[in-house]
Amino acid sequence: MADVVEVRDLRKLFDGGKGGKGGKVRAIDGVDLATEPGEYLALLGPSGCGKTTLLRTIAGLEQPDSGDVLIGGHVVTGLPPRARKIAMVFQSYALYPHKTVLKNITFPLKAARLPAQMQRERVRWASELLGIEHLLQRRPRQLSGGERQRVALARALVREPRVFLLDEPLSNLDAKLRATARDELKRFQQRVGTTTVYVTHDQAEAMGLGDRIAVMQNGRLRQLGPPVEVYDDPADTFVATFIGSPPMNLVARGAHLVGFRPEHLLPIENVTTADRATMPFHIERVEYLSGDRHVYGTVKGIGEQTRVIARLPSTIDTPIASDEIHDFAVRADRLRFFDADTGERTTPVPLAPP
Amino acid sequence: MTAPQEGRAHNRDTPAYRASRGAENRDKPAYRAEVAEVAEVAVKMPLADRESFLAKAFLLPSILYIVALVGIPFFMAIAFSFSDITAGDPSFDWAGLRNYRAIFADETFWRSLTNTLIFTLVSMVLVVVLGKVLANILVADFRGKWLVRFAVLLPWTTPVALSTISWLWLLDSVFSPIDWVLRKIGYLGPGENVYWLGKPHLAMASVIAVHVWRLVPLAAVIVMAGLVAIPRDIEDAARVDGAGFWRRMFGITVPLTLPVIAVAGLFGAILTFTDMTVVYVLTRGGPTNSTQVLASWAFFKGIQGGDVAQGAAIALFLFPLLLAAAVAILSSVRRMETL
Repeated sequence: MADVVEVRDLRKLFDGGKGGKGGKVRAIDGVDLATEPGEYLALLGPSGCGKTTLLRTIAGLEQPDSGDVLIGGHVVTGLPPRARKIAMVFQSYALYPHKTVLKNITFPLKAARLPAQMQRERVRWASELLGIEHLLQRRPRQLSGGERQRVALARALVREPRVFLLDEPLSNLDAKLRATARDELKRFQQRVGTTTVYVTHDQAEAMGLGDRIAVMQNGRLRQLGPPVEVYDDPADTFVATFIGSPPMNLVARGAHLVGFRPEHLLPIENVTTADRATMPFHIERVEYLSGDRHVYGTVKGIGEQTRVIARLPSTIDTPIASDEIHDFAVRADRLRFFDADTGERTTPVPLAPP
Repeated sequence: MTAPQEGRAHNRDTPAYRASRGAENRDKPAYRAEVAEVAEVAVKMPLADRESFLAKAFLLPSILYIVALVGIPFFMAIAFSFSDITAGDPSFDWAGLRNYRAIFADETFWRSLTNTLIFTLVSMVLVVVLGKVLANILVADFRGKWLVRFAVLLPWTTPVALSTISWLWLLDSVFSPIDWVLRKIGYLGPGENVYWLGKPHLAMASVIAVHVWRLVPLAAVIVMAGLVAIPRDIEDAARVDGAGFWRRMFGITVPLTLPVIAVAGLFGAILTFTDMTVVYVLTRGGPTNSTQVLASWAFFKGIQGGDVAQGAAIALFLFPLLLAAAVAILSSVRRMETL
């Protein structure tokens, strides 16, 4: 049975930042979060949102100013990392440069004082699982980026930790390798079944790997949910615009913001439901990107005149040209409403026909 | 502007160059203008931009310096050691191996050689170990660390003669404050003294202690530079991997800083091997030559005793070890580059 990681009302301050001398930065500002057993939880957020600090606090590399960290139901706050039975893969992989791959992988087992016979078995098992048997006698600097990542994973794996903590393990790989490594990482985790917390700033990684995604901003948890929910039902305007590429369109309408995804803004002849919001779209520019058409322009009618983006899949072949005005529409159940001041999600408000 | 006819521009007219530019472009005005511009820049290339000139100009002062202050005295010392030059008779007469036979027959020379090796070896072990400990203190984060850092570096910044004289007082045979403290805590009876510099083994220990006190800050700063260079992730990874303080120290930190520690040790060895200040100020080699080292013995023999030839012969025995140390320093620096 896999263990659960939980943090309760976690706060962490750092020195410096605004306010001159003695000023504090709230790196983590009251986060409550719990994983499911065996879950793959992605911590997603822009740089400086506190996601890495949260991960390091779970690992015990940072001590929180208040709040608790629980692993497997036990409070581990204040315990050193080695007492937590966790394994971490760093963004830089942090392989020991003076040790061979074999000694790198054996290091945690030596630290745990495992019998030599058991050490050998575990190392063989982990290196077979990750396909690095032929690299065991090499040193880290003789390995490629992808190989280093596998070695770092093997080193994390051998101890059979209760929790995996991964800090942007793919960001040092080139784009092509990243796609395969992402796939491997997911299959690997499903096979091992260990609860995993995965930090990334890349929404594609988070959407693709995470069973659930925790979106963070300014040290706070904005939304926690499966990828579909985070994408379709963002809790606030930050999540709405941070996730999705291009991001959700937001149109101001009185005290509210009306939001809709670019792929839901379609030429009116493609929106057949009766319950729809129609808006004249003044088209400025059309981009043709991997089969889709990205249409840039301004809409009027449902609120203030706003620049928006529409994404037309290749299945829609309505002719669209720049500098023309075409009626576009969004299905009413695809509209999302936010409070204009707080950015929080609100209940739908009726849109009077233009 | 017309096509250039002279200077470096000729190079641009070689067939290879023409081919590489595409011969069909040759007569286009844009191409001509570009070639003219390139040629002009080449002609006007200032002296300060020519690397071949700069390299020589920058190396020259240090080469002159080394030749004048190291090279010439070194060869003079070799020549002197085969002569009969004294302070009273500076004329050069070939003496063959006579000086070497004389110093080999002199018991004080062997005593000095042994003392030098003991002095260097013991000092270096202590300097490296204490330097590592101090470096750990220097990188640690705690309240009032600036005061500790300042205090740690103080021995290195104090002039040698000055600090050694205050040690001379601390170790005085009658008025030593250390003895006073020992008397107060009852270790010594009233009127008793340790005579730090008066007994052979104690004198050697005192000389080593003062020398270590001087060198440790330098070693600490060098090792600290090595510690700071270890990526934080590696230290963190070791902690997450379950390694305790000692395993992190001997499994990760020490191996990774080993080249730097080696450099600190070798620099220390050179500074110790050739040092005579501490010995000179504290004991003048006494009692009965028990703290005499090669450098001080060469000084007493050659400069104060006036037998320049024998002094030179003694001093030359410093050379093999210094050479070995220099080779070791260079190779460990190379190892650091490849890590």
